[in-house]
Amino acid sequence: MDALLLSRLQFAFTIAFHIIFPSFTIGLASYLAVLEGLWLITRNAAFKTLYLFWLKVFAISFGMGVVTGVVMSYELGSNWSAFSAAAAPVIGPLLAFEVLTAFFMEASFLGIMLFGWKKVGPGLHFVATCLVAVGTLISAFWIVSANSWMQHPTGFGHTTSGGLIATDWWAVIFSPTFPTRFAHMVLAAYLTTALVVGAASAWRLLRDSEEPEARIALRMAIGMLAIVAPLQLVAGDLSGKLLDRVQPAKLAAIEGFWETKARQDFHIVAWPDRAIAANRWELSVPGVGSLITTGQVDAVVKGLRDFKPQDRPPAFLVFWAFRVMVGLGVAMIGLGAWGVWLIARNRLDGARLFQMACIAMGPAGFVSVICGWIVAEVGRQPYVIYGVLRTADAVSPVGAGQVSASLLGFLTVYAIIFSVGVLYILRLIAEGPAAGADEPAPPIQRAPGSALAAAPGDAP
Amino acid sequence: MNLDLPLIWAGIIAVAVLLYVLLDGFDLGVGILFPFARNRADRDVMIDTIAPVWDGNETWLVLGGGGLFAAFPRAYAALLPALYLPVILMLLALVLRGVAFEFRARGRTRGRPFWTAMFAGGSLVATFAQGLVLGGFIQGIALKDGVFAGGPFDWLTPYSLLVALGLVCGYALLGATWLVWRTETELHGDARRWAWATATGVAALLAAVSLATLFVHGRIAERWGFGAGGFDLASFAPLAPIPLLGLAGLAGVGLGLRRGSHGWPFVGALMVFVSGYAGLAAGFTPQIVPYAMDFRQAANQDNALGLMLAGVAVILPMILGYTAWVYWLFRGKVTPDAGYH
Repeated sequence: MDALLLSRLQFAFTIAFHIIFPSFTIGLASYLAVLEGLWLITRNAAFKTLYLFWLKVFAISFGMGVVTGVVMSYELGSNWSAFSAAAAPVIGPLLAFEVLTAFFMEASFLGIMLFGWKKVGPGLHFVATCLVAVGTLISAFWIVSANSWMQHPTGFGHTTSGGLIATDWWAVIFSPTFPTRFAHMVLAAYLTTALVVGAASAWRLLRDSEEPEARIALRMAIGMLAIVAPLQLVAGDLSGKLLDRVQPAKLAAIEGFWETKARQDFHIVAWPDRAIAANRWELSVPGVGSLITTGQVDAVVKGLRDFKPQDRPPAFLVFWAFRVMVGLGVAMIGLGAWGVWLIARNRLDGARLFQMACIAMGPAGFVSVICGWIVAEVGRQPYVIYGVLRTADAVSPVGAGQVSASLLGFLTVYAIIFSVGVLYILRLIAEGPAAGADEPAPPIQRAPGSALAAAPGDAP
Repeated sequence: MNLDLPLIWAGIIAVAVLLYVLLDGFDLGVGILFPFARNRADRDVMIDTIAPVWDGNETWLVLGGGGLFAAFPRAYAALLPALYLPVILMLLALVLRGVAFEFRARGRTRGRPFWTAMFAGGSLVATFAQGLVLGGFIQGIALKDGVFAGGPFDWLTPYSLLVALGLVCGYALLGATWLVWRTETELHGDARRWAWATATGVAALLAAVSLATLFVHGRIAERWGFGAGGFDLASFAPLAPIPLLGLAGLAGVGLGLRRGSHGWPFVGALMVFVSGYAGLAAGFTPQIVPYAMDFRQAANQDNALGLMLAGVAVILPMILGYTAWVYWLFRGKVTPDAGYH
């Protein structure tokens, strides 16, 4: 394998691994802010117990997000130096602003959130929680902004020496696809968190249907799902409707369209094959493909054969990643509706089938987020800056041997931290929120610097 | 108003990297000293002294990387492929060490010792790799048309290994003096001994690295007045405060330790690092990819630098403000029990 392919594999692996944690912690930080706010207003101890419990999970997840994120800030240069040199005049400031406006704020106030409970008083502690939550959203803002510019670059020109230069910062930061893509990502993070909180609470309720914290948390998760899952369908649809104009090849790959025509068939499932430039087989609804992708029955939608073979994205992966994402999204809407219906009939707490469904759907948010990013990133191939720079021209002058070594290193280290991190989080969930509450007022009695996630009995 | 944007940004990046070295230096140093702790309780206190601040400290590394990408993209694109393996090694070590803060607290019979080892080993390897990066950087990077054109192991020389050893000893000194400041009782006594040992090591290695740099790298030697024609005081004189600051720092560490001071050894160690940093900077300024690209050649477009400067002018004071506030909040001695609230 050559260094280009290895670098692509390594970047795909490290960034897919990384996005797992932000997509959870963006939602969880907001959830923690809501819990602490509710506790301060109502003084209901269950909210505090829930806050301290999810804070432990947050500490583990956030730590994993931080360290895998540091990797990204250097990998752009180590493996994609040609891209870095070309893109920095335009998106350099966006990434710099992410560090300046988000990372420092998150890191500093996380320390107070985890260890400053008694040092600052409840009001200021709540402010710290809110600042961390806002920091995660600001971070998402800049990174989705930079990515959206790479997907559909606007507001730039070329210098006399051939380099890129920004001509309109507003158009760079708020490129046309950015607003819907930002909304789509934030809603995805909220859904991911709601599904995890829902699964953990349902698991607790299967064991003890009276646990007050689990009953509250499951209702909050259902409320979030019921509102956000349908909104996500709208945001995703708006985002998709732009593709016809900005990335027709990606749209064709998503839908398995090969011929350019009006009244495309909608393929429910298919096997798109680049080698024969057609679908090997397909199960289709005739005539509605144009309607679904553009909103107009008679719209002419481009097929992949209209693009030169070297300009076509890998259709199979994009087609199926999209279907997994949408399928899970529909299941999330169904789960939310089911939960609301149970609450309305006052039958939620004994509904074992529903609780098992919640547990099964626990990881669905992560799978959907990764599938969504596969659609976004694989679908814009062979370009890394759409229409401007090909992925093949973006790679660093490093040898395949070095990249093999680093890829092996990342696979090994990430496998270790992933399995251990998941184990520790599941262990926390298995112990449940009450385990933390048994301690006499958890963080207050602890040494100021000790990790909050320390389990009771872990003390030296 | 005509600002020299590349120069201003060179200053900002230089300060960010210095702050990274000073701040993450002491918490990496605490990790390096981990194996020398007497028992688990001491290790818990050691990690407790840095737990609330390490994440913020490491963010300066992200600013160093992100800032270099944004302000000097051609340098970023040249340096990272050139130093590929030590950079990746540093990142992997930082990953294992970073998660160890939480994992160590969650681990039980097998997990806890494993993550204790990962915290210590990760801190050591990350520091050593940073030393290799630094050594490879000072040696110089082979470029052709602004693109890295050397081999995968160009950075690996006796000189870079010596620099890496020096950095390990230096971070350990920062860590030891930090612990002298922030701990008490038996651990405080151990930290004093570690501070003595590492200060001695730093003095020797700093001298060795300085001499090696002068002998191996003619153009740096010339800067310092050691040209072909003998010693030139006129070149050396303006730079003289740099080694003097380092000597004063070492004296601060030594005298502070001797007189039982808790804070001065750490201040002295910081001075040693500032001196070493300035000494190196004096050797290769204005090169940003030694000795093939200066910071003006590497700089981003003026409109990008200008936009970022506007942001930095507003945001950086805020960052420095709340960072200082967090340090102030977690001030004082750290003890095994919840003693000092």
